[in-house]
Amino acid sequence: MADTGCEIIPITTGEFLMKVMEMKNDHYRLMQAHAVSVENGYELSYTFGKDYEWVSLRLVIDENEEIPSITNVYQAAFLYENEMAELFGVKIRMISVDYQDKLYRIDDETPMKKL
Amino acid sequence: MASKKSVVPFGPQHPVLPEPIHLDLVLDDEKVVEAIPSIGFVHRGLESLVKKKDFKEMQYVVERTCGICSFMHGMTYCETIEHIMDVEVPVRGRYLRTIWCEMSRLHSHMLWLGLLADAFGFESLFYQCWRMREQILDMFEASTGGRVIFSVNAPGGVLKDMPSDMLHAFVEKLDGFETELHKIADIFLNDYTVLTRLKGVGILTPEEAHDLGAAGPMLRASGIARDTRKLGYAAYGDLDFDIITSDDCDSFARCDVRIREMYQSIQLIKQAVDKIPEGDIAVPVKGNPEGEYFMRVEQPRGEAIYYAKGNGTKFLERIRIRTPTFANIPALLKTLKGCQLSDVPLLILTIDPCISCTER
Repeated sequence: MADTGCEIIPITTGEFLMKVMEMKNDHYRLMQAHAVSVENGYELSYTFGKDYEWVSLRLVIDENEEIPSITNVYQAAFLYENEMAELFGVKIRMISVDYQDKLYRIDDETPMKKL
Repeated sequence: MASKKSVVPFGPQHPVLPEPIHLDLVLDDEKVVEAIPSIGFVHRGLESLVKKKDFKEMQYVVERTCGICSFMHGMTYCETIEHIMDVEVPVRGRYLRTIWCEMSRLHSHMLWLGLLADAFGFESLFYQCWRMREQILDMFEASTGGRVIFSVNAPGGVLKDMPSDMLHAFVEKLDGFETELHKIADIFLNDYTVLTRLKGVGILTPEEAHDLGAAGPMLRASGIARDTRKLGYAAYGDLDFDIITSDDCDSFARCDVRIREMYQSIQLIKQAVDKIPEGDIAVPVKGNPEGEYFMRVEQPRGEAIYYAKGNGTKFLERIRIRTPTFANIPALLKTLKGCQLSDVPLLILTIDPCISCTER
């Protein structure tokens, strides 16, 4: 079996939670989530897997845009979301459990945000 | 009458923890009702070094993510870059990577067995496990020159070859290692006191393991047959092996799966030595990476995910490392709920935590 690579599916903020719910209902597990700092915003990837198949939902947001947490759907997302908020400054509302930028003990504020 | 709950801080410094993690344990008498984790004591900002180190130098950065899986981190990074740059590694290079991967699994699981024995107070067993682990480290030293950081990977292949007589000497060493492993495994799998500490402790059902995104032996010990090696990266596509699982879903199952994986690693190394062809071990890589790729491999602790994004310059735009311990923390919190306070150290160990990896 060869790894066919991870399919990247672009989505909008409006359809974000609905797509995540669809993943949950299709029995996908959350594999990882991460942010990439781009000009004036962020490129977020939420990766889901079922057996050996995997896909990433790709969300591009503005710097000040707020997105909802997916911890109500995928409880295990809390560490990924806290990391995105603390290291990159991604605004995520209603993370359960929200470490309020104290996940890592670092002096710099949002050290991986593009200046 | 409702009992009064108390909160006991566990860690970051604790005799059973090789690395710092803190848990606030909410207790009802001696029963854990909730565990709230706190990490961040050893965050090094390795991913942010892409701004300062070019994509070839980053290989030496990422292999410092972990002192146990350093080879696998280096290899996964290189395979990610190779996919972006469309580089085909020579077959001999892929086989050498596979042999070093399985040696990594052997010494990682042996280290874990020792730590587990230490956690339940079986000191002599701990010493025996770590003494055996030295044999694998000696093999690493002979073949790479290093015992912790190896630096034998590079985009395009590997930097050192193993001559045929060395490979066959390793197979002979592994025969002796396997004989010793039988004796150690017998204690872990049959000793009354060990079974008392492990059987039925820290149940994680298959549904919970899936929903919480558990990885590696933690997942397979809950009866889910998923092993990223089956995707055929490096030379795994040429080797025969079955996925090792257990349906017991408890701490004993996690120990059992890891022990059986060690026997499997020995067999995989022997298969690779039999099949490894002569030839080049690397190809030159020209240009800079442009594009993005997600890569996954099966490290000893579970599935690791790498993501890299290149912009055509020698500096990557982003490297992201999702380590298996990061994925297993939610599952750990689930197993802690309802356990006895005295089982907490043991349960933390059963995920085989690597906090330095997790925080990077």
